[in-house]
Parts: sequence; structure tokens; C-alpha cells
Amino acid sequence: MRVIPRIDVRNDHVIKGIHLEGVRKVGRSNEMARKYAAAGADEIVFMDVVASLYGRNSLLPVIEEAAKDIFVPLTVGGGIRTVDDIVHVLRSGADKVAINTAAIERPAFLEEAAKALGSQCIVVSIEAKRTGAGWEAMTHNGRQHTARDAVEWAAEAEHRGAGEILITSIDQEGTMAGFDLDLFERVHDKVLIPVIGCGGAGNAAHVAEAARRHCVDAVCCASIFHFDKAPIPTVKKALADVGAAVRP
Amino acid sequence: MIAVVDYGRGNIYSIGQALNRIGAEFSVTDNAAAIADADRIVLPGVGAFGDAMAGLERRGLIGPLKAAAEKGTPLLGICLGMQMLADASEEFGEHAGLGLIPGRVRKLDRSAARETRIPNVGWRRLSPKPGDRLMDGLTPGAMVYFVHSYVPTPDDATDIAATIDFAGRPVAAVIRRDNVIGYQFHPEKSGDVGLGLLKRFVEFVA
Repeated sequence: MRVIPRIDVRNDHVIKGIHLEGVRKVGRSNEMARKYAAAGADEIVFMDVVASLYGRNSLLPVIEEAAKDIFVPLTVGGGIRTVDDIVHVLRSGADKVAINTAAIERPAFLEEAAKALGSQCIVVSIEAKRTGAGWEAMTHNGRQHTARDAVEWAAEAEHRGAGEILITSIDQEGTMAGFDLDLFERVHDKVLIPVIGCGGAGNAAHVAEAARRHCVDAVCCASIFHFDKAPIPTVKKALADVGAAVRP
Repeated sequence: MIAVVDYGRGNIYSIGQALNRIGAEFSVTDNAAAIADADRIVLPGVGAFGDAMAGLERRGLIGPLKAAAEKGTPLLGICLGMQMLADASEEFGEHAGLGLIPGRVRKLDRSAARETRIPNVGWRRLSPKPGDRLMDGLTPGAMVYFVHSYVPTPDDATDIAATIDFAGRPVAAVIRRDNVIGYQFHPEKSGDVGLGLLKRFVEFVA
């Protein structure tokens, strides 16, 4: 069971001049990343949450800096739209990309990316919102509807070449009230690629519960770490206590 | 000088950062002469086998790499780079490898535990072969990071220097035939343990 902190990069962006040329201040995100890596993070996810504003991912400087002294896998998401985007991100020191909107809008993109670069660097990120008896896949940071069933989309993404699924519960995210374990289980049962669960962890017991139910292969958490609710070692201990295999 | 082979498909930047961190001097190159002159060679690799071999072929590097290996230059293949040391791979059709460590690259086998996920992603415990000089003294329980769907299956068991457990069976994690070495995991992404294993290669005398 991997424990993966997620860093949403937004505040570091400074807009200057009338041409909206942005300059990334990389300090804060990298400080956090270094701290997490030192605390035992198994991987780190960086999400560019203002990518849609600029029509592209602009975390390259952040990643280049991070890769200088963080030697665990880095995943980058937000605004990844073309194979070239992926190549640039990987060249800057990232190991994987997380793709949501571009994949669901044109699933053939996943095939192209997997053929060119291998499935192992392609994480399909699915943001799921409860609807009726199931969940709808959303895009644009949970703001846009797709009318696609999230679990069905996960199956198609696997078929098209995704190496992993990152499944985030929009309803639970940020609440620290616990994961949507039913969502995780449905996706986990549907595919045979690794599933990373995200959204809602507020304490170590929430994470241990996911391990007990065997419904994810990794957990991706933001608030619990950023607001210091339970540091990484505490979460790992809780996982080990329920018998999950964790890297010490 | 360590030559890190740039053939268009590999995480050169991260490997460079890791080599910097352990204080090893290197140069990134796709030049046959530089490879011939190198004291050691690192062959990175991310992506698909056939595509990667084509990348080497296009740059005329297959011959120089084989020649360097033959004359005893320590050569480390990482991840896909390790797979390329084999005779051939079945990934996306049949493709020839460098043939430096006999055996084929096959898809990971989960038949003994069908719920096992592929790709094999995450930190796994290395089981070194007792007596292997490269792995000698490795901390018991050392974990390193894997992300792969294929793995070499060397013809000669003595070429396997360490294994990990996958779906209840051992699979090659480190292979070695004299000066030719392969790490299936990413030493540049495996924290301090990984940096230590990279250092082992940098200091290894075949």
C-alpha cells in the first residue's frame, strides 16, 4: 500500500504584465514535497489546478526543482493534453502523468500516449461525483459534467492503455470525513491495473479502513497531511497495524 | 567518465540528478565514440521495447554498446534498459534486444494469483542471491521502486542476482553477467536505498 501526498499547485503563480506571462515561484510546493519525501512519502503527486486558465500544464519548473533532491516517483497532472506535453513533463523529472479531461474527451489519446511512452507512465485521473445509484465522471476540477459513468470509464481507460487509475471522490474531497470506499471498491473490482484512492481522508483510521477492505493499492491524500491531522509515519503505522504491506 | 545513453526514451534528467547526488561524474551522450571511451555506461529506459531498440538503432548505438560490453566496460541497464539486455521481448510483437544476457522478456505472470495488479507498481523487497558480489552486504529487507509490466527471464539462473516476489513467484529484479548489469527497479526513484544501489554500480569491479 503506497502512501502518496498530493500537492495542488496554485498559490505559487504570479501574474505579471498585461500579456499574462506567469512566473512560477517554486518555493512553497517544493518545500512541502521535500518534507513529505523525508517523512516517508512513497510517491508525490503534483496537480496544476490553474492549468485550465492557461490551457496547459506549467509545472515544469516545479518538477525540475523537485527532482534535484527528491528521489521518489513524481506524478504530474493538470492540463496534460498531448503526447508532447507528456514528453516534456517526463523530461523534467516526472515519472508519470495524471490525465483526466483530455482522456475522457478523446480516449484515443490514451492509446497514442501508451504506444509512444508506455502505459506505466499514464495514470488516468477520474473525479467522481455521486449521482443516483452510481457516480458520474467530472472534468475541469469537478465543475464540468460528462454524463459518463465513472466506473465504466475506468474500465475503458484501462482498455485504452492506462497504467493506473487515480480515483477521487469529489463529494468527500476536502471534508476529512473519510474516503468513499464504495467508489474505490467498485473501481477496484472493475479493473486489473493498480488503483489509487483519493478524497476525504481525515485521520489514520480512515486510511487503515481502505486497507482492511482491500479496495485500493495506494492512497493519495492532501488535507490530512497539509493540515497536519496525521503525519505520514502515523498513517503508515496504522496501515501496518491492519496487516497492509508498507515501506517503512 | 560515466556515459548515460540518450536515445530519446529514458528519464535522463532524474538519473543525472541521482548521479549528481552520489558525486559521480557523467555525461549524457548519443555518440558512439563517447560510448566506446566511457569507463562505465548507464542505459536508461522508459516506454516500449521495440520503440526503444529502434531508437538505439537509429543512432547507430547497438554495435558500440555490444562492443563496450564485450571489452568489459561495466554497463547498467535500468528498467526498460535492463530488459534491452535480453535476446528478445514479446512486448507489442517480437523485437530483438542487445543479447548481452541470454533470455527473453515476457509479460509478468499472474496465473498463480489472478487478482495481482499489472503493471507491477510500487515498492518491493529485494531478495539478493547469496554470494553475488554486486549485492553482497545489501541490508535485509531493502525496498526499491518498480513500475513495469514485462520482465526478463534469463536462460541461466546464475545471471539472476536478486529477485522480488510477484504474484507468489520470484521474478528477476537484478540480473548480472560479469560486467553487464540490469536493475528492473528505478534506483534514481528509490530513495536512499536506490542511491546506494546506484553507488554500488558506480564502484563495482567486475
